[in-house]
Amino acid sequence: MKNLGSVMTAYMIGWGVFFLYFVTVARRTSDLRKEVERLKQTLTRGK
Amino acid sequence: MMAKVLGAAAVVFLLGASAYGAFFVAPNELTMGPVQRIFYLHAPCGMVALTAFLVCFVGNLGFLFKREAKWDWLGVSAAEVGLAFCTVVLITGPIWAKPAWGVYWTWDARLTSTLVLWLLYLSYLILRTMVEDPDRRALISSFYGVFIFLDVPLVYGSIWWWRTQHPQPVVFTSGGLNPVMRKIFDLSWLSLTALMILLIRQRYELEATRAEAEILAREAEAV
Repeated sequence: MKNLGSVMTAYMIGWGVFFLYFVTVARRTSDLRKEVERLKQTLTRGK
Repeated sequence: MMAKVLGAAAVVFLLGASAYGAFFVAPNELTMGPVQRIFYLHAPCGMVALTAFLVCFVGNLGFLFKREAKWDWLGVSAAEVGLAFCTVVLITGPIWAKPAWGVYWTWDARLTSTLVLWLLYLSYLILRTMVEDPDRRALISSFYGVFIFLDVPLVYGSIWWWRTQHPQPVVFTSGGLNPVMRKIFDLSWLSLTALMILLIRQRYELEATRAEAEILAREAEAV
């Protein structure tokens, strides 16, 4: 079908943006959780 | 944890079903042909982006009235998710415009106000990175967030108030959409709204963890 390539491109890019965003947020959250654990250990050792 | 996985699976299922509907069930539009199927992604993404910016506005107002950090977390989470949806709108629009209008972009009221909206919410997020103190950051960005929300009704009303290259609304008008197209549009809207809620929740959790890390870092410095 004519122009179906444009439709596929739009959907691939659209879903790609959402997927990348989801992965970025998950990674940032995981890094922050590690940082929280590290800080808690530092504080426990300091007391 | 299980509820989160089930929620994410439900969103993926809904997105898959709406894409199946857009590609294999929706009839061809008579004038534009198959390229009109971008409509089932582009238009709901636009509506969901505006909804996310409305949630951001509520979060900003909530912080200004109550001065509780959770409202600020909601504001920034919704702003970032709204920006992601707005990005998809600004990418899929030109992909659709080229075969439909012959140009990727034109400076008409709807397109220009949407680009300005994207830039405003990007500046909202940049502004937050420039203020270190969490209370000051929340206060300044809440004021700014309330101010930039003024562009949202402008984007929504642009196709009613001015003659634009962008088509007039077909979704909320009687006889605007073929019943099958309407059902697929509603399914896409539902699935993308569910995705917005999932992403805002995920991003809110990130902001809550960041706040905890900032408090612990200050305590560690004081020890």
